[in-house]
Formats: sequence, structure tokens, C-alpha cells
Amino acid sequence: MNFLDFEQPIAELEAKIDELKFVSSDAEVNIGEEIARLRAKSRALTMSIFSNLTQWQIAQLARHPQRPYTLDYVSAIFTDFQELHGDRMYADDPAIVGGPARLDGQPVMIIGHQKGRDTKERVRRNYGMPKPEGYRKALRLMKLAERFRLPLITFIDTAGAYPGVGAEERGQSEAIARNLFEMARLQTPIVSVVIGEGGSGGALAIGVCDRLLMLQYSIYSVISPEGCAGILWRSADKKDLAAEAMGVSAERIAKLGVVDEVIKEPLGGAHRDPQAMAESVREALLRHLKELQSQPIEQILSRRAERLRNYGVYSED
Amino acid sequence: MTWFEKIMPSRIKTERRTRSVPEGLWMKCTACDAVLYRAELERNLHVCPKCGHHMRISARERLQRFLDPHDVVELASNIGPQDPLKFRDSKKYRDRLAQAQKTTGEKDALIVMAGTLHGIPIVACAFEFAFMGGSMGSAVGERFVRAVEHALEHRKPLVCFSASGGARMQEALLSLLQMAKTAAALTRLAEARIPYISVMTDPTTGGVSASLAMLGDINIGEPKALIGFAGARVIQQTVRETLPEGFQRSEFLLEHGALDMIVDRREMRDRIANLIAMLMHLPSPTGERRGTGEGKE
Repeated sequence: MNFLDFEQPIAELEAKIDELKFVSSDAEVNIGEEIARLRAKSRALTMSIFSNLTQWQIAQLARHPQRPYTLDYVSAIFTDFQELHGDRMYADDPAIVGGPARLDGQPVMIIGHQKGRDTKERVRRNYGMPKPEGYRKALRLMKLAERFRLPLITFIDTAGAYPGVGAEERGQSEAIARNLFEMARLQTPIVSVVIGEGGSGGALAIGVCDRLLMLQYSIYSVISPEGCAGILWRSADKKDLAAEAMGVSAERIAKLGVVDEVIKEPLGGAHRDPQAMAESVREALLRHLKELQSQPIEQILSRRAERLRNYGVYSED
Repeated sequence: MTWFEKIMPSRIKTERRTRSVPEGLWMKCTACDAVLYRAELERNLHVCPKCGHHMRISARERLQRFLDPHDVVELASNIGPQDPLKFRDSKKYRDRLAQAQKTTGEKDALIVMAGTLHGIPIVACAFEFAFMGGSMGSAVGERFVRAVEHALEHRKPLVCFSASGGARMQEALLSLLQMAKTAAALTRLAEARIPYISVMTDPTTGGVSASLAMLGDINIGEPKALIGFAGARVIQQTVRETLPEGFQRSEFLLEHGALDMIVDRREMRDRIANLIAMLMHLPSPTGERRGTGEGKE
């Protein structure tokens, strides 16, 4: 288990427990009681640390290297998934994955950002930062979903769209803008789940939806805390202040009235119990899809339009 | 010293020398350093008459000079910004807003006007870059949508001049969502077959370029305007190589297929009026001309 800096007290306790376990296996002394006591202590400590996380700590959890990624949810929740590749114009972008699958027997279309688990895969998937071809592949799959009346489920987990020369040459802005435009009128229900990082336009480009769900320790923001700190505080070190000011956590975003459900995570975060996490996501997806599919598509679209129309807080005099 | 100055009484000479020149009577071209007479530069739409450099122009002046001079009405001027997050960095967002409002005389970074262009009724909006870098928050998004809705209701084409660093950080996620909001509004315009012309001016980047700016039925760039998704500094930090010459300028985007055309500001009225007239099956507003459209006739 990898521990974040603010989890160090927990890490120390866990290390002690492991040590004791090792001792108990070859010693006669019964120290099961001691282990149980330490476990309870570790749990209480985790609960107390996690009941009072700062916005920056939550951002760290959202980026935790062991956090479940899109394909982890795909294999845990869906059946018969077949990955589709390529934008039919330029390339296949491994930073976005997608394809049809079954959710509780019902065919759906899945699209999600995909980060890599080890160094090699991270590089191959460009750290989950899509290029225009990724967004255009996503758009192609959306259109496919529309044509064959498959509900669309998107998993959001990216630091942002890739800022590179080639991406600019191939129209990163246009690719994102086009998806926003097309998703606003896509004739199929859309449920989006922020499972990790919701990084700016790169996240939103697959996140225009009828239902927005966020995992408890996921984040969603207009710019990364580091980026915001770099510009407004002129120092990326002030990321904790920036995260706090913007309010990046699911809980804070929900206060803006733009989230339909915050899905609770297992104690210590999704990576501590990926199966339990996947089960909660599955349950929420089924519930929201069922609700959406009970409505005629015209109603879904008019409510989506209304939802989009109402984003924002301004004065009017 | 000229012979005239030599024979002039010294008292008069001193007076002449100390007489102050009115503030900003002369300006320097930011590209070629030519010293320009301000009034002449304004007449020339802030395009340097020496080198053709397009300098930044305020939103209000842009719209006033773009639309026909009569019957111009400002729309959505009652929409202003709020500070729902009580955002504060080194300064309060509230204070930044107050300061921007004071220096620009505008409530927020987008101005919308209804008027006519060569007699064709249109809606035009422009970003005020001097207002917090033309950044898009809730008020900007709402004003843009009101412009779209006015265009829909009266079946008028929409022209938008963008000049923006992107989404406004101080409204956090609400600013990001303005991208989806404005893009969604444009689907309604498209479905009603009402033309939307997007003019990207210097600079158009970030969330504004990745939403309403790139979604024009026709995308136009002003010469040498900086247009892109990510800032050059961010890209440089990511790729760690020097960026190609002219990277993210209009000419670069035209070459890579992101723009339909680059139009000189002084021809903008005629070119857009003609485009709109054709898309809306109206007679040519400028009198039909022959040519391939390559450069000036």
C-alpha cells in the first residue's frame, strides 16, 4: 500500500501491525489481541484523518497511483466489453478508451480517460492526457451510441487535455468544443462519473451529461491547483491555498448544485477496497440509468438543455 | 536648432517647450515601432498604417465600428458578475472585479449589441480583453447565451469577436461549465439554420477557444492573432523544446485547417456581410464583385 504524506501516522501503525504479524507466526506468544488493538487504532486514526481532509489532500487522493482507473471499473462492473479504437482520421489515442459493453445485461456505450499503472503504460497512455484524436474517437463512439440507442456512460479521470505541439496543430480546441456541442444534443441518455481527476476542458469534453456523479474523493476543476497557484499566487507551491479557494472536491462542487450524486468511498479511499467501490458505482449507474430510461428522449434532451442553460451564478438588474 | 528658433525671443521659446502634449496623442506601433498619430490610428481601426499590425481594440469600440452607426442597441447589459465562492487569492475577486469595472467602464468581459451590418439585422458580441483578460465567468456565459437567444428569436445571424485568456479561475468550476453552456446554446442556433460567424482576435485561448470560439459555422482569424488551447509557456514546459516559428498564430491555424480565413480588420465588415448574405439568401450587400477571394482586389 502506498501512503500519502498526510497518511504517515496510519502508515506507521500499519507497519507495526505487519511486524507483529511476522513475529507472531514464529513465536509462541499470543499477540493476536495486540494486533486487533492496533487494527482498531489504525481504523480510528484513518477515520479521524479522513473526516477532516483539506481540498489539496483530496486532490492527492484523486491522483493516488493505486486509485482504480476506467478499465478497472469496466472489468468490475460490465460484461462483454469490446474496446473500439481510432478516430478514423489520424490515430488511436490510448489516453481515452471506449466501446460497447453490458451493464446488468443491457448494452451501453462506455467512454473514459485511461491512465497507466506502470511507467511503460503511463507513457503509452500519455498520463491520461488526451490529444484531439482521443476526443474525436470519443465523438465517434458517442455517435455510434446515438445511432444504436445505447445509453452513454463516461468515466472522467484526466489531469487535462494534452498541451503539446501536435495536439495544437491538430486542433485540440476544436476537438473539445465539438464534443461539448455534440454532447449537448446527443439523442441518448448520458451519465458521467468523475472517478479521479476532472481536469478542466479535457474532462468536460466527455462530461456533458444528464447525470453527473462524483466519487467522494474525486475532484473537478477549471484548472489544476498547481496551475491556479502559479498564476494567481505566482508560485505553484501555494497549490493548497488554490485548491481551497476553488473548492475542487466532490463535496464542494456539490454545493454549487451541479452534481447529482456524490458516491461514498470506502474508508481510506477507493484504492483501499476497489471491489466495494465498483459495487457502489454499479449500483448508482443502474439507478440513474433506470430513471433516465423511463423518460422519453425528448424529455431527456429538454432537461439537459435546461440544465446546461442554468449553469452559472450572476446578477441581473 | 532652426534659423527661426534662433531669432525667436527666448520667452516664447520656453513657453513652447514646456507646453504639454495632450496625453496619448501619439502612439507607437507595438510591432514596427512606428510613431503614429492616435486619431489616425483610430480611424484605421487600430491597424498600424505602416506595417498592418492589428493592435488590440476595446470591445465597445470594436462593435461600434463593426456595426452600422445607427440603431445600435446593447443587449444583456443588466447581467453582471457575482462572487459565489467568495474567492480570494492575493486579492479578493470582488476587488478585482471592481477594479476591472473601473478601468474598463464595463460590468464584465463580454459586450453584446444588436444592430445592422450593411443593412442586415445582426447580433454581435465582443470580448473585452482589458477586463480580467477577457476571461469567461458566469456573467460572460449568460450574456453570450442571451445573444444567441436574441438571434434565435429574431432570426438574426450572430457574430462573435473573441479575445480571451480562457475560463475565469475565480469562479472555478462554474466558469468551466460556461464552456458547455455556450456550446449548448450554439446547437440551438445551428438547428434553426441561423449563421454564427466566429472571429478570433488576439488572443483567443483556453476555455473560450475550446468552446464558443471554435464552433463558428465560419471561423475567421485576425492577422497574426494568437489562437490556441494551451498557453505557449505550458507547452514549452511539457515538451521541453522550442516552439516552431509562428506557432499558434492565425496563419498557423489556417495552414492546419482550423480557420476558414484570415481577414484584415479593415475588410471585416464587407467580408462578413457578404458571407452572411449568401448563407441567408440575401442580395449582395456590397454589390457583387469578381475575384478568387485571395487577398485584396
